[in-house]
Amino acid sequence: MITMERRLLAGDDSPFAQPTATQLVALLREAGLTGRGGAGFPAWRKLEAVADAGRPPVVVGNGAEGEPLSGKDRALLTYQPQLVLDGLRIVARALGATATHLYVHPALRALTVGIPMTVAPDAFVAGEESAVVNALAGRAPVPSDKRIRITQAGLGGAPTLVQNVETLAHIALIVRHGPQWFRSAGTPDEPGTFLATVGGAVAAPGVVEAGYGVRLGDLVDAAGGPVQPVQAVLVGGYHGGWVPAWPELPVSRAALGAYGSSPGAGVVLALPSSACGLAETASIAGCLAGQVAGQCGPCVNGLPRIATTLADLAARRARPGLVDEVTRLSALVQGRGACRHPDGTVRLVRSAMRAFAADVTAHLHGECLAGGAR
Amino acid sequence: MRLHVDWTACDGRGLCAELLPELITEDEWGYPVVRTDEVSPRLEKAAGRAVDRCPALALHLLRR
Repeated sequence: MITMERRLLAGDDSPFAQPTATQLVALLREAGLTGRGGAGFPAWRKLEAVADAGRPPVVVGNGAEGEPLSGKDRALLTYQPQLVLDGLRIVARALGATATHLYVHPALRALTVGIPMTVAPDAFVAGEESAVVNALAGRAPVPSDKRIRITQAGLGGAPTLVQNVETLAHIALIVRHGPQWFRSAGTPDEPGTFLATVGGAVAAPGVVEAGYGVRLGDLVDAAGGPVQPVQAVLVGGYHGGWVPAWPELPVSRAALGAYGSSPGAGVVLALPSSACGLAETASIAGCLAGQVAGQCGPCVNGLPRIATTLADLAARRARPGLVDEVTRLSALVQGRGACRHPDGTVRLVRSAMRAFAADVTAHLHGECLAGGAR
Repeated sequence: MRLHVDWTACDGRGLCAELLPELITEDEWGYPVVRTDEVSPRLEKAAGRAVDRCPALALHLLRR
């Protein structure tokens, strides 16, 4: 494993003082910790919502890691499980939780943690927090409608806090070392470190820890550096966005927003110039279409249509209106599901149409820029 | 009030689009497209009727 920062990956078994719920909310607010599962929601807000629900909650550490390109939660639970368990216990004690659970990727089924553990199915949406609650309740591990938030009524009707395992590990460190220490990495607006899973055209794919705002080139170099010229980088995973392969580009929400991308759960995939960005995106869209939970009509019908339309574009089966069809279908499915699976898919597709605009034009004329002069 | 579709329950019967064409149309698969989820007081009664008649109990009127 390659490491730039060593916080989470170094572990920490030093003693700490257990905070109350009020203290913990204040600590996390001051630290500016955001959820590391992908959405980047402020950790203190979710914690406060559960504390304010007024009934003893259930706390769940979410290590489902359904994102195919991500391996950081598995790495963390393999190398530093104690940090995750510390975070889980700190949160559970602060909130007066009646139960704690750990929900893990199928590859970690042999993990021994001393608290109830449930193995997630190997499915993209299985880590969505209402899907987590459903899985733990013995129901199909698919997302629920959001009229009732799980922070109000989740597992067994109890207010339920589902936090990504990396988020919990950060909490264990913030409680020990304080918010100022946490903020000494990252940027003022996006403090702290994050775990990145760097892959694609790099010499040593793996999990890297860095502060937000780290140069994209440094992340790629920490994974052994490029093995081929890199034409674009997918940041944020299958629900992320393609960004230019500029070594200077800061990996932060602020800098990547311009490309419709964000660090998300820390996935970084370097696309070599020998590959076709449209073919790569069509392949990912096909995977995402295959990972629909099967509940929501627009997603069930729309994602396969988006995927086949992109596949036609990737395979240079040009026809009039092909690009407009991608645009129209993307707008049609957005926001029309119980979870963000359609929205995340649309984010990826839109970023590809922008990042690979020259490839789109070439493909419409029966040509492909992959490997050639661009 | 605002309209909310429970997509996990909706199976695209299309009654809502018939009863509330001012706010709801159908996509090519028969699922509702809510033009604007904000329901004006003038349309609240019609919206309430569409909610009550949804055979899948998938349409909801929620307070903002």
